[in-house]
Amino acid sequence: MPAAVKRILPQLITLLGVMVLVSLVFPDFLSIDYSDGRLVGPVIDVLKRGAPVALLAVGMTLVVATGGIDLSVGTLMAITGAVAAAAIVAGHGLVLAIVLALAAGLCAGGFSGFLVAVVGIQPIVATLILMISGRGIAQLITEGRILTFNMPGFAFLGSGTLLGVPVPVWIWLAVTALAIVIVRRTALGLLIESVGINRRASALAGVNARVILIAVYMASGLCAALAGIITTADIRGADANNAGLWLELDAILATVLGGNSLRGGRFSISAAVIGALIIQTINTGILLAGFPSEYNLVIKAVLVILILVVQSPSLAGDLKRLGSQLSRRAPRRSAKAAPQRSDR
Amino acid sequence: MLLALQSLTKTFVGMKALDEVDFELASGEVHALLGENGAGKSTLIKCLTGVYRRDAGSILLDGRDISPDSTSRAQALGIGTVYQEVNLLPNLTVAQNLTFGHEPRRFGIISPRAQRRRAAQMLEGYGLDIDLDRDLGSYSVAVQQLVAIARAVELSGRVLILDEPTASLDDREVQMLFAVVRRLRDRGLGIIFVSHFLDQVYALCDRITVLRNGCRIVTERSDSLDRVRLIEHMLGRELAAQEESEKRHRRSAPLAGEPLLSFAGVGRRGFVEPFDLEVQRGEVIGMSGLLGSGRTETAELMFGIRRMHSGTVSDAEGDLRLNNPRDAIAAGFGFAPEDRKTDGIIADLSIRDNIVLAMQARRGWLRRVPRAEQKRLAADYIERLDIRTSGPEKAVGELSGGNQQKVVLARWLAMNPRFLVLDEPTRGIDVGAHAEILQLVRELTARGMAVLVISSELDELIAVSDRVIVLRDRRQVARLSGSDITLENVVHAIAASDEHREVSA
Ligand SMILES: Nc1ncnc2c1ncn2[C@@H]1O[C@H](COP(=O)(O)OP(=O)(O)OP(=O)(O)O)[C@@H](O)[C@H]1O
Ligand SMILES: [Mg+2]
Repeated sequence: MPAAVKRILPQLITLLGVMVLVSLVFPDFLSIDYSDGRLVGPVIDVLKRGAPVALLAVGMTLVVATGGIDLSVGTLMAITGAVAAAAIVAGHGLVLAIVLALAAGLCAGGFSGFLVAVVGIQPIVATLILMISGRGIAQLITEGRILTFNMPGFAFLGSGTLLGVPVPVWIWLAVTALAIVIVRRTALGLLIESVGINRRASALAGVNARVILIAVYMASGLCAALAGIITTADIRGADANNAGLWLELDAILATVLGGNSLRGGRFSISAAVIGALIIQTINTGILLAGFPSEYNLVIKAVLVILILVVQSPSLAGDLKRLGSQLSRRAPRRSAKAAPQRSDR
Repeated sequence: MLLALQSLTKTFVGMKALDEVDFELASGEVHALLGENGAGKSTLIKCLTGVYRRDAGSILLDGRDISPDSTSRAQALGIGTVYQEVNLLPNLTVAQNLTFGHEPRRFGIISPRAQRRRAAQMLEGYGLDIDLDRDLGSYSVAVQQLVAIARAVELSGRVLILDEPTASLDDREVQMLFAVVRRLRDRGLGIIFVSHFLDQVYALCDRITVLRNGCRIVTERSDSLDRVRLIEHMLGRELAAQEESEKRHRRSAPLAGEPLLSFAGVGRRGFVEPFDLEVQRGEVIGMSGLLGSGRTETAELMFGIRRMHSGTVSDAEGDLRLNNPRDAIAAGFGFAPEDRKTDGIIADLSIRDNIVLAMQARRGWLRRVPRAEQKRLAADYIERLDIRTSGPEKAVGELSGGNQQKVVLARWLAMNPRFLVLDEPTRGIDVGAHAEILQLVRELTARGMAVLVISSELDELIAVSDRVIVLRDRRQVARLSGSDITLENVVHAIAASDEHREVSA
């Protein structure tokens, strides 16, 4: 089995398990119809609604690999969405709206990265600044209203369909693939991992740790901007208060479900994205199963804890050890006992 | 028998690190545990103290079966340990580190005053004059090592284990440590001593056990096991060829001509006094001095880890800018640091990744070193430096201490620098590899590379250097070259008292 597949196997199995679980309570979960030139069905819905968190997870994985964390991404979705909506309302074209939103994401990420890499503030604090103040900034841009607009081209990014598949799905697939190619075909992945594991030793080996750190926060900002664009386009309006609310936590969760250590180091983008799909499957599944909404968060929490415990390497090690001990113990003892006694 | 290990076995993925090893420790003896890098010494110790879980075998303390499953359990049983890599908490103070886990309390609250008093007591007899309230991390590796030892001594009621405790200590400190160890032995403790310094082993130990490839080869009294036989046991082969290469080939006169590099008035306030140094192509400069004399600090200045406040560095082309390690690397410098764990290795990455790291950083992220080239480099250096591993993809953190050191060395050799600074390059490296590394340094210089070697091991320094610089109190106090490089002269320069400073400077 190739190493890349082996790495994401636990996540794939988990995703499958969750899907089976959801199918048990909602048998139609796996049914897919084709109508009006588009695929429809719960699974397609999961892929589409999972787009923002999947995108955030791509950037978050890179940040987490350096031993950092980015709490600002949910807020950044609100800011970048507001920027795009404001640009459209002000009469600018589609391209400029997208470019401005992406630029806003890059700048905000660069700001966090600067605080972490140059000023030396701890990542959780540095990104908390934007997480809290950012909603205010977004409100200033939307002037406190929900900024609605009418531009079919932009809305297409959120609710359109291409070759039968929702556009947001294409976007996260493309971004994930691109990120993996960039990180693994160049040396970026190695440099990010080495900075995350031992920043000082990396710097002594000539790695420009500051630039790497700033770059990952900018990448995270860019991913947040894409997620912001999709959400804004989907509802055809920018909601400074609710866009991306708490999604930074889902993104972190997705990264962790992807088996990426928050202490930094080796990382897998694809596993994190699968983690995002796991979360969305649970969300959708709970809705479809028709539980009273008060139960949603509790059920989600229980499932997540269960998954994390099962995936935990130390538990896996313990189980393996227990297994091998049980199978070995009895025969070994009896074989060894006799010669040992005669020695003395 | 105080402590007995019976057919202890430990397997890591794909390899047997310990294979049915028997080991006995009597009370009132110092027992040396020797073997090549990767022989299994540290693993044996970690199985004994509960860091690793053994796969099979038993451990008897005073004839009773014990199975410590954590280091604190082992401590409670009276087994105190100093691990090969200092594992204290750098951001706690010295006093806090010494008393950690058994802080003196008053009414249930930690009393800082009692804590300090107690810490001071623990450090008595080591000749350390340090501020107990400063963060441990602000002191050198050697001081940290002594603090770790003092802590372990305090915790050990029955057994004291020292895994390469002297690697970063100078002679005076080694003597103090030995005095402490002998005192404990006379009190009836059993002491396990791991070291690659055979002189120290013979000076201190009553019995010697040799491990090779995870198997016990021999246990004998040290007065009946002569050195040649001991080394042959360790290496598993005849020694003859090795001794030949130990002979020195020092040039009688330094190479004439344009210097490769010249450092003029380079210094940093409160760190290193300004110094001048001309580096010739193909020479080995040895740098010697006591702990805290500014050796590592000088190297850090040369490599741009700290900015210099004064002075210039130039080569034939003109002035060089050395504001950070990247500048230094661009100028063709290399630096293998003293503390490999925090400054050298990237523990979770593979041997291959660690070796190509500096080269990759130099090329920039867009131009990845081709995979085939990476593999070739890794295979090449694993063979040349005899790095003991199951393969190039093994994480460096899983290698034995000496083999980690070799990986850091390989990283810089792969860069083929023109000026290579080696801070304690042979620390923790076994007898066989030791000679190989010195040999390698000579080969490199034959091809024109200049090497600056910092070492506390005077014999090694004298054997390999064309010139020796002696530092004291952060300034250069003597330079020896040619036939002046003798043990006596170096020791004299290091130890000369303050009145003599003017004369020797
Ligand atoms: N955590 C680990 N995972 C996998 N292999 C390991 C691990 N720890 C040690 N090993 C392997 O076990 C072998 C023995 O290592 P050990 O650290 O005991 O050597 P050592 O005798 O202490 O050597 P040194 O003199 O270099 O310190 C080595 O080949 C090493 O690669
Ligand atoms: Mg060891």
